[in-house]
Amino acid sequence: MGERLLMKGNEVIAEAAIRAGCRHYFGYPITPQTEIAHYMAKKMPKVGGVFLQAESEVAAINMVYGAASAGKRVMTSSSSPGISLKQEGISYASGSQLPAVVVNIMRGGPGLGGIQPSQSDYFQATKGGGHGDYHMIVLAPSSVQELYELTVDAFNLADQYRMVAMILGDGVLGQMMEVVNFRDEEPIVETDKSWCACGHGMKREHNTITSIHLDPAVLEQWNINLQNKYKTICEKEQRYEIYKCDDAEIIIVAYGSVARIAKNVVQVAREEGIKVGLLRPITLWPFPVKAFEQVMDRAKAFLTVEMSSGQMLEDVMLAVNGRKPVYFTGRMGGMIPRVDDVMAKIKEIMAG
Amino acid sequence: MAVVFDRPHALVDIPMHYCPGCTHGIAHRLVAEALDELGIEGRTVGISSVGCSYNNYFYFNCDMIQAPHGRAPAVATGVKRSLPDSIVFTYQGDGDLAAIGTAEIVHAAARGENITVIFINNTIYGMTSGQMAPTTLLNQVTTTTPYGRDPKLHGNPIRVCEMLSTLKGPAYIERVSLHDIKHIKKAKEAVRKAFKVQMAGKGFSLVEILSTCPTNWGMNPLEALDRVKNEMIEYYPLGVFAGEDLEV
Ligand SMILES: Cc1ncc(C[n+]2csc(CCOP(=O)(O)OP(=O)(O)O)c2C)c(N)n1
Ligand code: SF4
Ligand SMILES: [Mg+2]
Repeated sequence: MGERLLMKGNEVIAEAAIRAGCRHYFGYPITPQTEIAHYMAKKMPKVGGVFLQAESEVAAINMVYGAASAGKRVMTSSSSPGISLKQEGISYASGSQLPAVVVNIMRGGPGLGGIQPSQSDYFQATKGGGHGDYHMIVLAPSSVQELYELTVDAFNLADQYRMVAMILGDGVLGQMMEVVNFRDEEPIVETDKSWCACGHGMKREHNTITSIHLDPAVLEQWNINLQNKYKTICEKEQRYEIYKCDDAEIIIVAYGSVARIAKNVVQVAREEGIKVGLLRPITLWPFPVKAFEQVMDRAKAFLTVEMSSGQMLEDVMLAVNGRKPVYFTGRMGGMIPRVDDVMAKIKEIMAG
Repeated sequence: MAVVFDRPHALVDIPMHYCPGCTHGIAHRLVAEALDELGIEGRTVGISSVGCSYNNYFYFNCDMIQAPHGRAPAVATGVKRSLPDSIVFTYQGDGDLAAIGTAEIVHAAARGENITVIFINNTIYGMTSGQMAPTTLLNQVTTTTPYGRDPKLHGNPIRVCEMLSTLKGPAYIERVSLHDIKHIKKAKEAVRKAFKVQMAGKGFSLVEILSTCPTNWGMNPLEALDRVKNEMIEYYPLGVFAGEDLEV
């Protein structure tokens, strides 16, 4: 058995990254994720790693671009406004097929918004916040234990598929403390990095990391290759949790910290005799459409709950594809949906 | 027969895409000669920027990374911090380095990042067809200053070497020119020194190279060289701005 520690979500992300072999972290301070940087600043020098406070999020993501090009496991973290600034670098890294991990501990927007938890960057994360036809693998933990496990997985997936993997959390997850069971050893996946720009030592042809292909036929083929990779990921990497859906008539769809509230709702509803279950996407991209097939026959309706105006709702509607009604309830701006709010919505749906 | 002049190994044997009379090609050769002579091609990682030289990863034989517009110093920082024993250089134009990438160059310099920056000042945005650059001289006509650069409307040209030399981070900063053989030789020495400074672990080095863009200046190659000599050097004086006494 490994260590069992009571830790804050943000610190667990940092610890998990180090355990996953990440020795390079570049970031710029922003609430509510700054503890990641604090932890890295303390720990990296002790493990022979690099912590660097960049002059901006733009610089930080480009430092990530450099370290990833050099073949290193590398991470940056930020919150919503800072993630907007990183979009240029994320697009370039996606185009150049560079593995990297980006953490977004979301806060309310748009603009400077607020510092309270939110899920309003779902579109930005899953639909390509930067320019071009690309995707990131987007992982949505809903507990501190999962922050740990999914951060380790994010590094493996990023390396395996040579792409950016994002941990999409919110201020609740980043700030809360829970017990984490650490493994003695991490399941680190070793991948071929012979493509990296690290100096050829006069032993091979020179390597080039680039995202530019001015010949449209070449660029189209490059895009086709990317899309084929994304197809494989959609087939192989969908993750989700199905909770008490066997007999459920109403299925809540929620991710991250909202899924925890939804579990309480399932409990309360069942005490009142209403059969409610939860479908919790763990990968937001690829969106777990397979999960919907498992619950579709029995379900009478789906209820999406988010801390946004209803962004994941669109993916739920696509997955359900008109077969059952889809409802939504949510809060915005840093307000958190309460069990009562969701129960009220469920009763409204039941009343027809 | 003794070979007295050959292509440096660090320069790939393919035709370059630069316009006739453009001095980008000479600057490339100087960098490649330095890599050869210092025996560092195998551990060098170059960063291409965005500008006419965006694809010089085809021309340099070392490992290369193409960076977003202006971000080359940040990318270089990521590489150098990952591979401290490597030699890392950026190759950036004046739009790239002194406009969109001002924050990145200032902070890389301020940190004393142990990298070498080759900075091509041609007082114009070459690649996008001749718009005003931060280095465009007063009264210079460009496609976005069709009546000439007016300081009241467009501000004054930025002197990068002077500005960066106010910082403590840079170990070596020099401005050179490519307008004649004598100056090309001096430029070569400066490029070599910049790499040697990095090899010695002394910190940030930058060589600003006054360069031509005959195409967007509307000049023939000789007129363009004359413009560097007669107009550019007056505003951009040649010389060492940091690390004059540095022995490497
Ligand atoms: C983010 C972004 N903005 C604008 C451009 C368009 N662009 C390409 S090259 C360039 C100017 C480059 O000028 P300079 O750095 O002086 O290089 P030169 O071509 O003169 O060598 C611009 C604005 C771009 N590629 N990316
Ligand atoms: S446009 Fe100007 S800078 Fe670009 S290759 Fe031609 S001459 Fe050189
Ligand atoms: Mg220019």
